Order: sequence, then structure tokens, then C-alpha cells
Amino acid sequence: MQAASTWDWTPGKKTILEDATACSSEYEWMQESVASPDGESLAAIVKLGDEEFTMCVNGEPWENVFEKAWNPKYSPDGRLTAIVMTDMAWTVAIEAEAWEETYDFVWNTSFSENGEIVAASIQSEGRYGWNVDGTPWDELFENANNFVLSKDGSATAAAVQVKSLAQADIAGFQSGIFSVAVGGVAWDSIFMNCWTPAFDATASKVATAIRTSLYDYSVAVDGKAWPASFACVWEPAFNPATGEVVAPVRHQGAWGMAQDGKILWKPAFFQCWRPAFSDDGKILAAIVAPEYGKFTVAVNGRPWEAMFPVVTDLVMSPDGATIAAQSSEDNVNFRIMVNGKVWNGTYDMAFGPVVGPGGNVACRVEKAGKQAILLNGKAYPESFDQAFDPIFSPDGGKVLIRGVAGGKYQRIVAEAGAFKG
Amino acid sequence: MSTIADRRIEDAGLEAGIARLTPEKIKKTIEAVLAGECGARLKTYIETCVRCGMCAKACHYYMSHKDPSYAPVGKVKQTMWEIINKKGDVTPEFIHQCAQVAYTECNLCRRCMHYCPLGIDTAYIMSVVRRICHKLGVTPQYIQDTAHSHSATMNQMWVKDDEWIDTLFWQEDEARDEMPNLRIPLDKEGADFMYSVIAPEPKFRTQLIYQAAYIFNAAGLNWTMPSFPGWDNSNMAMFTGDSEIMARIERQHFEAAQRLRVKRIVMGECGHAFRAVYDMGNRWLGWKWHPVPVVHSIEFFWELLTSGKIKIAQKYPGPVTVHDPCNTIRGRGLMDKLREVVNMICDGIVEMHPNREHNYCCCAGGGVINCGPPFKNVRIVGNKIKAEQLKATGVKTCVAPCHNCHGGLDDIIHKFDVGMELKFLGDIIYQCMEKPEAE
Amino acid sequence: MNQLYDLAVGPLTWLAIGVFVIGSLYRLAAMYAMAKKKDGPYLTYMSWRFSLRSIMHWITPFGSLGWKENPALTIVTFIFHICLILVPIFLMSHIVLWDQFKGISYPALPDGAADLMSVAVILACLYFIWRRVSDPTVKFVTSCQDWTVLILVLLTFCTGFLSYHQIGSSLVMTTLHILCGEAMLIAIPFTRLSHMIFGLFTRAYIGSEFGNVRKARDW
Repeated sequence: MQAASTWDWTPGKKTILEDATACSSEYEWMQESVASPDGESLAAIVKLGDEEFTMCVNGEPWENVFEKAWNPKYSPDGRLTAIVMTDMAWTVAIEAEAWEETYDFVWNTSFSENGEIVAASIQSEGRYGWNVDGTPWDELFENANNFVLSKDGSATAAAVQVKSLAQADIAGFQSGIFSVAVGGVAWDSIFMNCWTPAFDATASKVATAIRTSLYDYSVAVDGKAWPASFACVWEPAFNPATGEVVAPVRHQGAWGMAQDGKILWKPAFFQCWRPAFSDDGKILAAIVAPEYGKFTVAVNGRPWEAMFPVVTDLVMSPDGATIAAQSSEDNVNFRIMVNGKVWNGTYDMAFGPVVGPGGNVACRVEKAGKQAILLNGKAYPESFDQAFDPIFSPDGGKVLIRGVAGGKYQRIVAEAGAFKG
Repeated sequence: MSTIADRRIEDAGLEAGIARLTPEKIKKTIEAVLAGECGARLKTYIETCVRCGMCAKACHYYMSHKDPSYAPVGKVKQTMWEIINKKGDVTPEFIHQCAQVAYTECNLCRRCMHYCPLGIDTAYIMSVVRRICHKLGVTPQYIQDTAHSHSATMNQMWVKDDEWIDTLFWQEDEARDEMPNLRIPLDKEGADFMYSVIAPEPKFRTQLIYQAAYIFNAAGLNWTMPSFPGWDNSNMAMFTGDSEIMARIERQHFEAAQRLRVKRIVMGECGHAFRAVYDMGNRWLGWKWHPVPVVHSIEFFWELLTSGKIKIAQKYPGPVTVHDPCNTIRGRGLMDKLREVVNMICDGIVEMHPNREHNYCCCAGGGVINCGPPFKNVRIVGNKIKAEQLKATGVKTCVAPCHNCHGGLDDIIHKFDVGMELKFLGDIIYQCMEKPEAE
Repeated sequence: MNQLYDLAVGPLTWLAIGVFVIGSLYRLAAMYAMAKKKDGPYLTYMSWRFSLRSIMHWITPFGSLGWKENPALTIVTFIFHICLILVPIFLMSHIVLWDQFKGISYPALPDGAADLMSVAVILACLYFIWRRVSDPTVKFVTSCQDWTVLILVLLTFCTGFLSYHQIGSSLVMTTLHILCGEAMLIAIPFTRLSHMIFGLFTRAYIGSEFGNVRKARDW
């Protein structure tokens, strides 16, 4: 989430809505609400009548109503989107305006990092692909999944089915029917499976996990498979500085990390996934399990000492100086870990740490049904029935807190000193 | 005395598979699996088995045929012992036999563990045989196609990303005729539970999604379903021996729940899916227990009924019998809760014997029904014992909270003229619950 | 024959005991090391409570489904194993040897009881042989090694019985008896008889899986 300096960063609390469920039109029901990144708006799908759905924003419904609406999302630049249906045709509505093109189905609304580009997965007459800002891929495919949009939004990719398959044709499948299409153009090479394609920093190259036979897993970069194959691989990632590709690989029953087909981290883990790089490419972190049932984060191959039954939500600051993740046991006792140190509190749920400028880490957590925002381990004194993820000010010195408490939707700008708990 | 060679069945997958094999490849693959993936468990099981034959009576195939080659130990003899004795020097035709035994004549139901004094896990041994067959590319066509579907779409039935969501919308619409404010909440972050189902539900048995949604809405629950892959909790790759795809599916399923920040995963009435999620996937992925707690429908309905969130208006008429699915009874010990639920919603239970952890398998599970038409007759006549057990209850209704069990039991009910209807718990609860007045 | 007897009752006995003890320990240690290396994750589910719960049910006659469904075999199996273990340890003639060679002495079974128990083992062996021949399921899976170990036990007890009752040449019978017994001891760590050392562990493991993970009975 890119916070803008133009937002109101004056410390203090503002009640945006006295009644978060209010809507100037009578409605049958209101669905889960979403908050705009700047915190100034709260929106939810409302059902106004029979086959009449729309978005209600700060108590005011959109003028357009739709037969169906789902998946409301704010783009990072603060535009409200929803996937809507009219006359059995689906499209994306952005700030109440629907794209002109409609499809037989639309899902997976995605945004560029700055929010300027809006894209979604589409199905039209049984053919699949991406639509970017209202324009579909030139060629659609018999099936597509594992959709990915580059960070800058300039490029799209997906795993696509490039050959038809008769029912129960196992030989046909094993000879390969999948590939990756980038911008709607499929690679020449075909694989048995393609999963989790990823773009490089310049959105010009794509790496994807592949299976070339029932047993041989590898990574293909721009259609070219690594010469080496492994017992299994997970999602590849590009080194943003060098363009090298890494992926967690399984070899002789243990997991490690490979780079361009060669072992980078010796396979010694019970698990290794979610590789993440710093911008300079010098720091590579991943979630690993050095022992069975014990997970942590490894940085450049070295695991942190603190281990937990489950570790998720690995995030890293662009400079790599701050690496955070959350842990849990049996889906409770959530803890936040930053650079190997574990914060004191435990929570019934954590919603993923957020790393801000200057190495600050914030996180939304829940305990006994109340949600709160933590900064560097300390809680903001107010709690909410429903909060949204914290957002750092551009200088990292303040945190924007958004939440509903006692029926009121509030927007709070909190300075670091306000987190005392 | 018959052996597997006397009942060879043609299957496109198996035939094509063995046609590609060479003795060298077989030996190399077997050695790699035995040395690389097996350890003390397999070694002790093979070595300490005293060949007493006590396990024969555990197996429904044996009990139906009374043929030694169907006894659990007989199956091990015809597969794993040979493989080990000959150090992998076996023929392609022998691999065909191994595949036929392991995929189509063993449901991995684990009943034989209640017969073996030494606690030998025959299901595990059969799983290793399957693993070898998978590694050799010798798997029955239909289950292999299912495993392919899992790998390509992360669900069992080639359901595409949009078809899943569209089906939920459709069921939501249908159900709104009955309950106008009903919702199937998609991607609701922080819900109390994520409800996951098997892909045959959106494909063929949409009524089950309708019913579940109706029950959850009537009970006023805070629930969600993912709009993205990870919604399918089934896992046939677990049964083909493709552990890597098995794990990929389970990762997707658990990560869907983690992404939605739900407190628990509630699974529909499926047994094998429960085994995959509860007992198998987490281990391969390195989680000792489940990253998100996993609750089967039996237990969840029990919670809803005992907490009074769902009330029964009128019990389902007539006594019923209860089928104990292997994967939730021997696999999770839900036999008491199952009976409590059935007693709360039905007019009494007439037990089958044996029952609870000692139940006979439906003969569909373990991927056997998924091996498709070529093997259908074998699994039906191989479960005469279950038909007799059903008949002996004299009741007209059998409650079976498992999809595969429905498939298997349905077939034997027809074949042996049992004259019984099959019900999911959800069917009966939906039919008999106190329903909110439609406006 | 006297020389052979001396050899059998002296060095060979120590050799047999040594092979049995060291062999068993080695096999246990090797198996544990392998389990740790290859089955490490599965070991983490082991639980004392559920291991013992399972073992208790299975060392109780008719304490499990398998035993209940095979009543004759169950009765014979329990008698066989109890006698097979007790007779060699508590037989007066064996204790005398311990006393003679090592000065160790402890209470013995009454000779009559021990005699009956030996007969029971012999009859049990005959039952097992009959079962291996006549029960198609058992016959289907019986191999050479099953016969070898069964005959070994039978011969040990037969020769013991004959020598006690002084039927045939006492020296020959006793010598044969000792040699058979020694062969049996040596065979334990390396044959099917190793279920004696591994059986408790396989049972404990599956008991732990059922109790700890699956929350269900395994008996």
C-alpha cells in the first residue's frame, strides 16, 4: 500500500461515519465493508431490492445498480471497484462506472502497485484470459489460471491450456497441454503443469514452476526450462538486481533453494517456501522448517532461532533491513517476529505484519473478538470490532488506523508515541 | 488357489504404463523408493509379520470371496514381499498386478490394524506399492485423470476458476427462493470458519452446497468459502501415490484458510478428503499438526445441534442404520458424535455389526471407486459382506456421512437388492430442521 | 558326543546368548537410528500413554478384535508364548546349569508344571503346523522361513521333553536340545522371530497413531 503525502496526516481521530451500516437508501442487507486506503471512505455491497445490488460508500449508494455485485476492493490509489453483473453479463465497475466490455464471467480484480492499472481475469464463451483496464487479451485460452499481474501493471501472465484434452486422456495430459501466456501470447514451450508464474523487476521476464513429467519438477524462464530437475519445486522469484531466478526445490527428501538450476541453499529443511528478495538482491529470505513441525524464517540460508509450529506472512522492507513474519500454534497464539526477535504479545489472530519506512513494523491483531493495531510490539490503546490493516505515512513516522468501534467508523492518525500497550 | 494373475483386468492406464517399462527402469525406481522414501516402518512390518493370517477376516474383499489372495497379508505377499525378495527384479506384468492389487483391491481402510497383534499397517504397505506404481507410471486411467485435474486446476473435476464461483452464485440464487436473505459469503476475512467441499459437489451434487448454505444461514453462522483455488478439499493424488501433488493441493487448501484468516476449516461430508487434510497433507508439508484446525461435518453438525443453533422440527421417520466411514471413524474417532447426531435427527438407530472402529469399509474409498468402470464389478462383488450387513438391519435408511461411501454403498444396494435409501447427515438435517419462516 | 555336549553347554551357550543379546541390541539400535533418519516425523507422534494402552489391550487374551475373531488361535497363541518364555527361564534343569556355571540361582517351576507347559508348546507347534497346512490363507503366505523357525521351536521342546523323560539316548537328546535352543536364540534377532524384539514397538507406534492422531481404538 503506497500512502500519499496528500492524505490528511494530522494526528488525531476522526469519526467518518457515526453509523457504519447507514445507507441513504433502504437496503435488505449490507455485506462486509472495505475501507479506502486513505481511510476517508467505508464501502460495502448493499442489496437494495430484487436483483438490485450496488456499493454503498459513506452512506451513499452508487447511482448504478446491478443484478449482482461481489468482490469489492479499493485500488491502492483509492478507487472503489466491484465485479458486477447486468443482463447476465459480467464486468468490473470502477467508481460506479462499469467497463464497456462484458464477459461471461469476471473475477480476481488486481491492481498495479500504484493503483493506476486495474485488471481482472475473464471468461468469454468458454475462453480465458486477462483483461487490463477494459481491454482483453487478443487471444483467450481454453483454460487459464495462476493469474499474475506485474508490480507496475504493465504486464500480465497466466498458466494457460494451449491444447484441448479429451475426457480421461491421460497420455494427452502427460504429453503437455499447459504453457504460460504473457500478455495473451503463449510460450512456444509446453509443459505438463505450470504454476505460480512471476515477473522480474522490469516486468519483461517470467519464471514459472513447471512439471515436465509426473516426477520431474523444474522452473522455466521465458519458456526455457532449467537443465536441472527436482523432486518438487515451489514458487520461483527473480532477484531484482541480477535477474537470476531462485525457487525452493526438493532433493532427496529435503528442501533447499536453487538458483538458475543450481543449489543455492543446501537441501536440509523439512520445508522451504515463499522466497522474497530485498531490492538490491543481496538478501533472500524464505519460510523454512529446520525441524519437522518447527518453522521459522531463513535469511540467506540461515534460519532464525525462534521456531514455531506455523509461520506465515513473510514480508521484507525494500532495503532488506527489516524482515517480519507471524507465527501461530493450532491457529491461535499468534506472534509477530521481526528480524528473528519475537514480540511479547500473543493473539487469537494476526493479519500479517506490515513493514513501513524506517524499519517500523505494524500489524492488526485480534484478541477476545476485539481488533487492535500494534506498532513495533506495542498496541494502540483503542480497539475495534473490525479494523483494517495499518498504513504507514510516507515518512514512516505515523500510522493510519481504520476501524469500526461501537458502530462508528473511525480514521485515526497515530504517532509512534501513541502506541503504549 | 487363485492369485491376482487369475483376475487380470485391462485398463488403459495400466496397459500403457507397463508398455513403457523396462526391467532396468523397474529396478531403479523400486530401489529409489525403498532406499529414499522408506525406512524402519516398512522394514519392521515386512520382517516381523509372522504370516499368521489373522488379518484375513478384517478385509471385506476376503470376507466376500473367502479367497486367500484377497487377505491383507495375501496382498502384501503378492506385491511388497516379492518386490523386496527379488530386490526389484520384477517384470512389467508383475507391476500391473501390483497396481491392480494396491489400487483396486485395497481401500486403505485400516481395518486390518485391528486384527494384527503386531500392529502392522497394511494400508501403509499398500501405499508404498502405489507410490512405486506411480513412480513407474502404472496407474489406473480414471484415477490418474483425476490426479491430473488436481495438478492443473487444484480440484478434482477440472472445474475452472470461474465455474466454481458461478456455481456458488447459482446455488445462492436457488436457495434464495426458499430463504430470501441467504448468502454464501465469499472471501469473508476473519470468518469463524471456511467451509470446503469436494469438487463433485459443484460438478454434480450442488444440492449439498445449497443444503449446507441453508443450514449455516439458518444457524446464523459467521462463515465463508474461498472464491479462489483451495476450495476443494479432496485429494486423489494422495491415492495415486503422487505425494508431491497431494501436498500441493493440501498447501493450497490450508493457505486458502490462512489467507482468509479464519479460525477453523469445516469440511463437508467426505471421508478421504478428511484423511488428506487431517492426516496426510500436513505431514508431507512439515506441519506436525494442522496449521488451521480441521473439523469434519459430523463433528460440526454435532456442535450445531448440541448448542441449539439448529433445532429439529420433526425427526426423520423410521429407525435408520449408520455407516461408519473409515476415514472419520478409524481416522478420527467420530463414532460417538456420529451416533449422537443421528439420534438427535432420526427416529432411532439399528446398528450394523460390527460397527464403529470395527465397521466394514464401503469398498469405494482409498481411490478404488475413482479407478472407474474397469474395476467396478470387482469392488461391488468384493463387498457382499457389507450388503449382508446392511440387509440384516432390516431398516430402510442408511446414514453415511461420506461421498465415497455413498458411491460404494449405492452400488451394492442395487447389486444385492438391499432396498435401502442413502442419506447424508446434511440431507436429513436440512429436511427435518426448524426452518425460519420464509417472508 | 561328550565333546559335542561340552561344546554345546559351554562355549556355544555363551556364543548363543551373546549373539542373541548383542544381536538384539544391535538390531534395535540400528532400527532406531534408521527410524530417526528416515521416519523421523513419525516418531514425533509416539506417546507413552497410547503405546501402553495399545500394548495392554493386545497382551490381554480376547482384548482386541483380532483375538476375538480368531478364538482358537488366540488361546493357542497365548499359551504358546507364555510357556515358550517361562519354561526355558524357570526350568529346574536350566537353573541348575546357571548355578553350576555362574552361581546364579532362583525359584524354579515345579517339574510337573514345566513338563505340562513343554507339552503345551509342542501341541501349540503342532497346531501351528496344522494351520499352516490346512488353512488356505495361512498356507498362501507361508514360506520356508516360517517352517524353519516353527520346526526349530518344535525340535527344541521335543528334544527337551525327550531328554527330561530320558527317552532315547539322554546324552544325544540333551545335546540336540541344547543345540536347537542355541540355534533358536541366535535366530531371534535375524529371522521372523525378531517380532520378539520389534513387536512391542510396532504395536506402540500404531497405538500412538490411533490414540494420539486419530483418536480411535486400535484393538
